[in-house]
Amino acid sequence: MNTKVTIAGVELKNPVMTASGTFGSGEEYSEFVDLNRLGAVVTKGVANVPWAGNPTPRVAETYGGMLNAIGLQNPGVEVLIQRDLLFLKQYQTKVIVNVCGKTIEDYCEVVERLSDQAVDLLEINISCPNVKEGGIAFGQDPKAVETITKELKKRAKQPIIMKLSPNVTSISDMAKAAEAGGADALSLINTLTGMKIDIEKRCFALANKTGGLSGPAIKPIAVRMVYQAANAVTLPIIGMGGIVTAEDAIEFLMAGATAVSVGTANFFRPAATIEVIEGIEQYMERHGIEDITELVGCVR
Amino acid sequence: MAEKWKEQVRIIHQDKISEGIYSVWFQTERIAEVAVPGQFVSVYCKEGSRLLPRPISICEINQQQGQIRIVYRIAGAGTKEISSYSSGDVLEIMGPLGNGYTLKKEKAFLIGGGIGIPPMLELAKQLHCEKEIILGYRSGADLFLKEEFEPYGLVFTATEDGTFGTKGTVLDAIKENHLSADQIYACGPTPMLRAVQLYAKEHGIKAQISLEERMACGIGACLACVCQSKEVDTHSYVHNKRVCKDGPVFDAEEVKFE
Repeated sequence: MNTKVTIAGVELKNPVMTASGTFGSGEEYSEFVDLNRLGAVVTKGVANVPWAGNPTPRVAETYGGMLNAIGLQNPGVEVLIQRDLLFLKQYQTKVIVNVCGKTIEDYCEVVERLSDQAVDLLEINISCPNVKEGGIAFGQDPKAVETITKELKKRAKQPIIMKLSPNVTSISDMAKAAEAGGADALSLINTLTGMKIDIEKRCFALANKTGGLSGPAIKPIAVRMVYQAANAVTLPIIGMGGIVTAEDAIEFLMAGATAVSVGTANFFRPAATIEVIEGIEQYMERHGIEDITELVGCVR
Repeated sequence: MAEKWKEQVRIIHQDKISEGIYSVWFQTERIAEVAVPGQFVSVYCKEGSRLLPRPISICEINQQQGQIRIVYRIAGAGTKEISSYSSGDVLEIMGPLGNGYTLKKEKAFLIGGGIGIPPMLELAKQLHCEKEIILGYRSGADLFLKEEFEPYGLVFTATEDGTFGTKGTVLDAIKENHLSADQIYACGPTPMLRAVQLYAKEHGIKAQISLEERMACGIGACLACVCQSKEVDTHSYVHNKRVCKDGPVFDAEEVKFE
């Protein structure tokens, strides 16, 4: 049985990776998960310099999901290189670094700094809804998506994955814009902007007022968007949004994703990634599927 | 890395001990063996729409029997669901999480306010030194756990409405009873912790305070539950310590309240 998939020339042992921001750099989860078994570890977003993030409360639970407004707290690319990448080097898994910035120059600086590092792919976060500058500001306008993609392609030594926001009118237009800019792959969806109000205290549940909705509640939207993006471009797609089980992951593959990320599920099932990997293998066995790539985009 | 486990645990018994306050004993040999006072466990709901675990401090540890006890207040639908389970039911928990109190030899205040009282009980049992226990409640009608503290030290009480003990806060009770100590251990609402921090500073003594914050992962990965710290944190180097992993117990002087 073959579970290997290839994203922009990088072969993953299986299509299951972690969604940025839900797995740190893997260290905390290595107590629950053998990182060697993962297709890839996607690190939390990293900028050129440390970011302090948003005030608390930063998270709130909602029906079948959660809102977060962490605000991309991160230690900056130097600490990532000296600590997190060294840690990940011990494992036989691919490393994808999620890159964030406030300006195009910030993104370029991180991408250039990582050029000679043990990083297999770069994921460009142009879709974080919780920061005022950068993030989603680049991800809601097709022209901006194309421009930043082009600039990063000029500098990046590794293939780049553009991570798209669902908070747009047409996901197909955004996917096409990234493709036109020269992206090597797409990942989607990031979180949906949401809000929760504490009616007892008459205040917002999050200090940031709004936050990104994730978890099982958003899965049907994510599957639909992956399907639309897959039909709009020829790039490989990493699908995510509410995946908890292998069955969820297989839906994304059938909708057109070449690989999938497990995100919020890590918070309540620390070994969710492994359960998804094993569940996909069992599904393939049950259905006599020799090669996982047979499933990719099989529902048209 | 400190050992922690996510496991299915059986409820030995669950009791309502005051209005909206529940006490539950879990059978969990592994967690009971290594847990220390001030640590917490994440308790998972069974209802699938409630994804995130509820972080609840450990109230008592019985190593011989392999059991731990938590005491919590119903704060919403999740804790309400947890309160509906009884003897023999199985729940999923993860723990022990975070860093507990560092046990010192100096004469101590153990200060608990409201639902911050429970973790002080195991601490009171394990702390073998001269100690005074100061508990703050809303009212004389809900003096939960008070009697259970009495074998371990002198207990002083404050109630917001003045229906029992000192009227006012735990700090008012300290003043009224002319108490003094060289080391403080505290857990309670933020205004209380801020007052304890100030008291410790004014009296030139050390205080260890246990913080509460909204959490998601409970193990230091998601960066949801940060507090502002005097020192840079070891994760992002931005003065944001993680309550779940670097805490929940901090040296009072380390924490900057907004």
